[in-house]
Parts: sequence; structure tokens; C-alpha cells
Amino acid sequence: MMNYQELGLKAGIEIHQQLDTAEKLFCRCPTLLRDTAERSGEFHRYLRATESELGEIDRAAREEMRLVRKFCYYTYDTVCLVEHDEEPPTPMNPEALEVCLTIAKMLGMTPVEQVHTMRKLVIDGSNTSGFQRTALVALSGSLPDGCLIETICLEEEAAQRVEDEIFSLDRLGIPLIEITTAPCMHTPEAVQQVAGHIGMVLRSTGRVKRGLGTIRQDVNVSIADGARVEIKGVQELDLIAEVVRREVERQVGLLAIRDALRERGARVDHTVVDVTALFSGTASAILKKAKSILAVRLYGFAGLVGREIQPGRRLGSEMSDYAKKCGVGGIFHTDELPAYGVTADEVACLREFVGAGENDAVVIVAATRQRAGCAAEQVMIRAEMALSGVPEETRKMLEEGSTAYMRPLPGAARMYPETDVFEVEIDAARWERIVVPELLTDRAERFVREFGLDETLARQVAFSERLPMFEKAVAAGVRPTTAARTLLATCRELARDGVAVGRVSEDELLALLSAVEAGRAAKEAIPDLITELARTAGGDGAPLDRVDAAIEKMAPAVSEADVEAIVRRIVAEREAFAREKGMGALGPLMGIVMQEIRGSVDGKVVSETLRRELKRLLA
Amino acid sequence: MRYANGGTALTGTYITKRDGMAVVKLDSGYNIGTSPEKIELVGRPAPQPPAGAGVVVQNPDLPDLAIISTGGTIASRVDYRTGAVMSQFSANDILRAIPELGEIARYRDRQVASILSENMHPALWQELARAVYDEIRAGVSGVIITHGTDTMAYSAAALGFMLKTPVPVVFVGSQRSADRPSSDNAMNALCSAAVATGDLGEVAVLMHATTNDDRCAIHRATRVRKMHTSRRDAFQSMGMAPLGYVDYPALSVTLSDEAVRRGTGEPEIHDALEERCALLHFYPGMPSCVLDAFEGYAGLVISGTGLGHVATEWIPRIREMVADGTTIVMTSQCLHGRVCDRVYNTGRDLLSAGVIEGEDMLPEAALVKLMWVLGNEPDPEKAGVLMQTDLAGEIRRRSV
Repeated sequence: MMNYQELGLKAGIEIHQQLDTAEKLFCRCPTLLRDTAERSGEFHRYLRATESELGEIDRAAREEMRLVRKFCYYTYDTVCLVEHDEEPPTPMNPEALEVCLTIAKMLGMTPVEQVHTMRKLVIDGSNTSGFQRTALVALSGSLPDGCLIETICLEEEAAQRVEDEIFSLDRLGIPLIEITTAPCMHTPEAVQQVAGHIGMVLRSTGRVKRGLGTIRQDVNVSIADGARVEIKGVQELDLIAEVVRREVERQVGLLAIRDALRERGARVDHTVVDVTALFSGTASAILKKAKSILAVRLYGFAGLVGREIQPGRRLGSEMSDYAKKCGVGGIFHTDELPAYGVTADEVACLREFVGAGENDAVVIVAATRQRAGCAAEQVMIRAEMALSGVPEETRKMLEEGSTAYMRPLPGAARMYPETDVFEVEIDAARWERIVVPELLTDRAERFVREFGLDETLARQVAFSERLPMFEKAVAAGVRPTTAARTLLATCRELARDGVAVGRVSEDELLALLSAVEAGRAAKEAIPDLITELARTAGGDGAPLDRVDAAIEKMAPAVSEADVEAIVRRIVAEREAFAREKGMGALGPLMGIVMQEIRGSVDGKVVSETLRRELKRLLA
Repeated sequence: MRYANGGTALTGTYITKRDGMAVVKLDSGYNIGTSPEKIELVGRPAPQPPAGAGVVVQNPDLPDLAIISTGGTIASRVDYRTGAVMSQFSANDILRAIPELGEIARYRDRQVASILSENMHPALWQELARAVYDEIRAGVSGVIITHGTDTMAYSAAALGFMLKTPVPVVFVGSQRSADRPSSDNAMNALCSAAVATGDLGEVAVLMHATTNDDRCAIHRATRVRKMHTSRRDAFQSMGMAPLGYVDYPALSVTLSDEAVRRGTGEPEIHDALEERCALLHFYPGMPSCVLDAFEGYAGLVISGTGLGHVATEWIPRIREMVADGTTIVMTSQCLHGRVCDRVYNTGRDLLSAGVIEGEDMLPEAALVKLMWVLGNEPDPEKAGVLMQTDLAGEIRRRSV
């Protein structure tokens, strides 16, 4: 168990949340995600880093430049020339800015007086322009535990990577807010808690997108003597604490390796040795087909390259990540050999050839001459870093919460003004007009208080996407428990059973609930009625008429006299059973009667009639 | 500067003052606008060392090219006082920005202007023509002219009429500003260098052929038009196929049979222009008194409707102007197709009033040609004949 306080853990988060606006941030396209099979075309482009306003090429951008890459973009009929980088942007979407300001106000932040849109250099292909438009909107908010929120920015979402260098443009330009906290969290659990709280605040607006990928957390982690590392794209809230724990573990591991290396007087040999000839007869498929195999000598590194620093990750994995930037598949190192078809003899031969002793490690890379040279250089760079500890990096999350190197931390030089977008003033009047919505947690408490919902159901309703429908139903006079149960439990169960609940419109559900409230159908008939509405979805008629038709078919009106007659017949048919069980027959007989009248009559009425009839029989 | 807002103090760099707001670049890289009273000076930045003058190594074994710059988006930079993209780079900056150019040729740079192309004018076309002519006489293998795209087709047409060139003279621009990673400037510039060292022997415009970064098209100077406000492939050859293409990144040039080849003829310049010429776009209901504004002009090109028409009530005024010595040439706002004023009565009346049919010339090319013809041919009758004669590929004998 780690003592995080002693380790000096400092963590902060950046939360990226897509907004559910009608149009994108800088064009008038809908914020609609598409299936790549629906694409209407493809095109391709090259990106190159340019001098930013300070005359430097950003180091993260330079890193991406290592490979000259051609990017392919999928386009759709819901995408326009702005996403294609073929037309200047429209003015900033006022709806998105309003949602952003609402969130800022909820977090107790202060808006800037004038919002300036910037171009943030991103040349990994995810933006057709080579930059992401982003604007700082408000500053200095606070969280219940006293943690500080530094900034909220409004930016455009990047294109979705389909695979490798192929991107899908449907997502590009969807409004996204970025909330950045101070590095004010000191335990992995606190990070997860803060992320959870901010997520709740965001959903309280009712104007953010829901579902996988619509919210992403980046986590910043450092420990004393370690370095600031940014971990990108943690999608599941439940994994955040684990990601932090594993990053601390990694930094602790790297520091231990550093100490061991220093103690051994380890060093990196900057002369690369060509060992291609050594492997001319190898059984290793990778080495055999390589045009060039180069070796890097790491004196005093033996055993440490292969030491685990995170579940499934070693110092060697870090070197491999760096080497991959040159387009090679990976590296081999002597701590893991013989393996992968490389024999013990070959390893011994390699060691001897490059003059590596048993305390030394040798890393080999196999590729074209140019790529192998580039990769060998990257391995040396990463090995040098191991001698000084933990490098500052941007990393990406792997499954389960370990991470891999992506690129160096970006510097401030990657931003310059987006001159095609005018500044937007946020004056006092505009700020005053922003209405702060009720927090979902407060709303859940109110539902318990006002509607008598139990706590679990109240929370479920409050946090559900169906909340607006629930509120409409209640406003229309539907009993809150009926509305809540129907919209959450019933719909979910039916969906699980394969009913296409999604095809039943909101108006139909509301009409149905009102009909039940008016006594035109019994609560018990709700599942059958929804099933019928789903089955006939897309048919003619107004929602009200369609609900009437469903009631007519699935739960036709049964008069009180009819109920009496049915109850009497069923009791008469099972007289022996009734006499034997006495009033205990009520339950079983109730089921039979309800099945017959299919929920057309409220269960309470049926049960009273049945009770009366049984009493009469037994009297 | 220190910037205080909502209990947090941040530091940043003061950029400028605009509309009463101070623009501050925070240390995070973001710009914000704030009331000046919310910021205070904490120190002055050390003067920025001048941006390193990257030396482009010129390979003496490669052909010599001249890059003549006029401004425009192939060379632009951000202006912080206005926040606008402004033309600022010299031809030398282009070499720094696109080092691969050094693998194709050696370059001499020359700056004729540093303006946005909407500020171009005929006197600059003349200056440009003379600069190009000088470079050709000095023995370069080809000339690249960087130009803003808005009026590039006019300038190209002007040089098309003024110059006879045995080497390629290639106009190039970009539709995305050079400050962005996705700019088309680098690919267009590299393809233009490939053309300028290649087998072409006339004035041309080179820009993206499609929205992809895969191919540039070479257009004849007198038959090219900007047909889209913003797309990379905005430039189109009108009424003919492009003169050729350059594949990217291979930089292989293919020329059509029609393209004039390198070495055809000797360099010549005829740079006289009659600037008292205008282009008028007719619309339904346009009053004939508009023509009064062109009283005393030497030439007028009308961009008429359909086959080449204006309202009947214009005809008497047109007759007067022609009688007073104005050469009037009819073109069509259809852009595609040939003028024919022999089909309808209005057209026949225009002809009898002395209007010259502009064949299938683009209105803009016809304007530039009229300036050139009237500048070089004092006899109005001969000038009229020249306007209907193909001088620089601007008129097609056949419409196909």
C-alpha cells in the first residue's frame, strides 16, 4: 500500500464534455455522429508544422512531424466545407457559449470579459486544419471540497480516428468544454470523486451529450521527484483512481531504476552498431525480413530494461513506445531474450559482437535503414531519460489503467489567434441572464421530499436521460411513482426483452401515462401497451389516437358489470379450489382474472370484486 | 502582466489594445480580452531574439528559378494589432518555410509588391511583366510568381498578353493561409517549381486540382477563373481542359498537346496598357445612365446576359459612345459558351450600334485584353479586329 502523502502525490484533472447543441461550434452542421458505412466520400491531405506566433515549432508538433503522414478523411451529408477545411468558420455558436457559461456559473467561476478564439496546433491528423479552435471562457471556480477549478474552455471536438491515419469528420466541430482543475488532489480516490462531481454538475444542465465517448477525462499526475505526466482519454469514471495508482507506481518504479542506474554508473553508448549480418540465418521472422538491424548498447542497464514498472509495462515498453514514433513495430532487448525466435546462441553472439558484458543491456531494432536509425536514436533518448528519472510526457491509457507514451507535454507555443473568428464580449447583463439549473443531487432530494419517491428511484430519475419526460408527465398530473417506474424500470425491462422501446415517441408515452392516470387503462396494462406502441411504431395517427388504439386492442374497456361477471364465472369454475383454500384462494384467482381482463381494469378494483365474491361463496 | 480575475491572479504577455480592451496572452497560451484596469505591469519581456534566419542550402547543379513575390496568402502572417492575417513574407521567407523547394532548383527572389491581391492595379501588372521579362533575359529556367488568389487570374491574363516567353511563367497562390499546418501553400509552391523547371513555354496559373493533396492543375493564363470563394480547387480552366497536371508528392508533370512548349520563340515584352477601360456587369433593369460613368473611356467590356445582350433601351446610348470613340466588347455572364449577337433582334441592334462580339472570352480576360489592344493599337478598326483574334489562347476557334 502506497503512502500517497509521503510520495507527494499531486493530481489534477481535465474533463472534456461534448455539448448537446443543435449545431456545431463553428459551422451550422448538426452535432450528429454517423456510422462510417454511411460516408458520402473520402479525401486526403498532408499536414506540416508551421512557425507559431512566437516563431517556434511546438515540441509536441515537432514530435508528430517525425513521420510525414498522409491523412484520409471520411465525409458525410451532415458535414460541410468548414470541417473539410475548405471554408472559414462561422461565428461562435451562441448556444454552445451559453451552455458553457451556465456550467461556469454553476462552478462559481468568473467569465473573461472578451472571449478570444485560439488555434491550438494539433497535427496528428485529428483536425483537418491542423489546429483545434479553443477559447478560454471563465476562470477560478471551486468545488465542495475546496479544490480549485482553474479554467473552463469552449473548444471544437476533434475528428474521430477510424484506424491509423483515417479519420471520420462527423465528430469534428461538435462543441466541447474543457474544465481544468488545479493539481489539488492528493489521493487516487479524491481524483475519481472530483471527476464524478464535475460530471454530475455537467449533466445537471441537461444540455450535454450522454453515452460512451461523450465525456473524457485527462489526468495529470506527479509525485515528488517525479514529473508531470498527462494521461489522455480516460473514458470510464471507475478507472480514474486505478489510473492514478498505476501512474504513481510507474513513477516510483522509474525513480528506483534511476537510483539503481546511478549506483551502477550506467551510461548510454551513442554509437549504433549495425548487427544485420549476425542475424542472416535467424529463425526470428521479424529479424529475418528486416533490411537493417541496429543495436544500442546500454552499459549497466541489465535487468532494469525488463523490470516491471506497471502491470504489463517495463522500461523496455517505454523505449519501444519512443521507437515506434519512427514507424518501427517495436524493439527487442536482452532482458527479454532469448525469445521471439531469437536463440540463446544468437544473444551470446550479439553480446560478444557489440562488446556488451553481463551487466549491460542491448536493444535491437529491425526495419529499413532509415527507420531503424531513427528508432535507435529514440531508444538512446529514452535511455538517457531513465538516468534522470521520470520524463514529462503525454500518455494514453491502455485497457485496465496502464499507460503508454504518446508525445512530450505540449508547451504554450502551440496556440495562436484564430483570426477568422471575432471576439465575443461577455458583459454583466449577459452573465446575469444565465440561469443556474438545479443540481441533479438536489433534484433527487427534492423528488424524495415532494413526490415521496424512494431514494434510489429518485436518484435514478434525476440522473436519467428521461428526466425531462418525467417532469412533463408529473406536470401533466401523472402520479410521480407511476411515471418514474414506467419511464425507468418498465422501459428498461421491455428493452431487455427485445421490445423496441426507443421507437415509442415521447408524446405517446406521455399520452399513455395520462390515460392510465385518467383510469382508462390499468397500470398493469402499461407493459403490453408500450409493446403494442413499439410494434406499430411509425404507423399513422396522432399520439393520442395511437394510444387509444393500443388500449382498444390490448386492454379494451371492461365495465364493472363485466368484471363482476368474469369474476363470478372464474370463481364458479374453481369453486372446489376456492372452498378448499378459503380466502387464501384470493391470490391465485387474482392472477387468472387479471390475465383474462389483460389489465383493462385497475388491480385494486379486481381484487375488491374478487374478495366480495369469495366471501359470498364462503358465507 | 499580472491579470486578476475572480480571486486568481495569472500572468501573461500584453499583446495590444483593441476597441478599449487589452489583449493579453496568458502563460497558458490563451488570449483573452480584459479591461485595462484588471492588468498591471510586472516586468518588460527581454527583447525577442530575431527569428533565426534559416539558411536554405542552394544546390549549384540545379536549374535557376526566379520567385517573384507580390503578396497574398501564399505568404502570410498574423498581425496582432488587428488580429487579421496579413501578407508579410518576402520570397526568401517562402524558401525558409518550404525547404523542399531547394531540392528542385536554385532560386533568386525578387519582390515587386507586398499587397493583398484586391489592391492590384494595371501599373503593377506592367511592373510585374517587366520584372519577369528581366529575369527571363537574365537566363532563368523559369519564373514563379506568388500572388493573392482573388485577382490572380487578371494578373496572369495581363502577363499572358504582354509577354512572349520561351520559359514557364507560373502564377501560384494558396487558398488556406500559410500559417496553418493544412495550408495548400507548400504543395502548390512545390508543384509550381516542378512546372517552372519543366517543359512548359507560356504563362500559366497553378493551383490544387481537387480538394485532395494529390494533384495540381496547370491553367492557361487567359482562360482561368476563380470559381469558388474558399475551396483549394477554386481555379478552373474555362472552356478547355487544363494545360496539364502535377502529381504530388511525386512532382511529375504531364502537359497536354495544346500546352506551348519551352523554347518556342524569343522573349518579347509589349507592356503598354490603356487603363481607361472598364468591365460592366449588366442586370435586368439596370438604367442606361450607368453608361454615363464611362463617358470618355477608351474601352468598355460588357458582361451581358445569355448570348450577349443588354436591355433594348441601352442601344441608343451605346451607339453614341461607339461614335464618340469607345470600343465596346460584348461578353457573357454565362462564362461558358460563345457570344452570338446575330440570333435575336437586340443582338443585331447591338452589332449595328458598333458592339464587338467577344467570342468565347471570359469577361475579365476580355477587359485585360482590351486594355492591352488599345494600348498597343491606335487604329480603332484594327483594334476591333484584334479583339476578335486569338492572341494568347484567350479565344477558342471552336466550342467543344
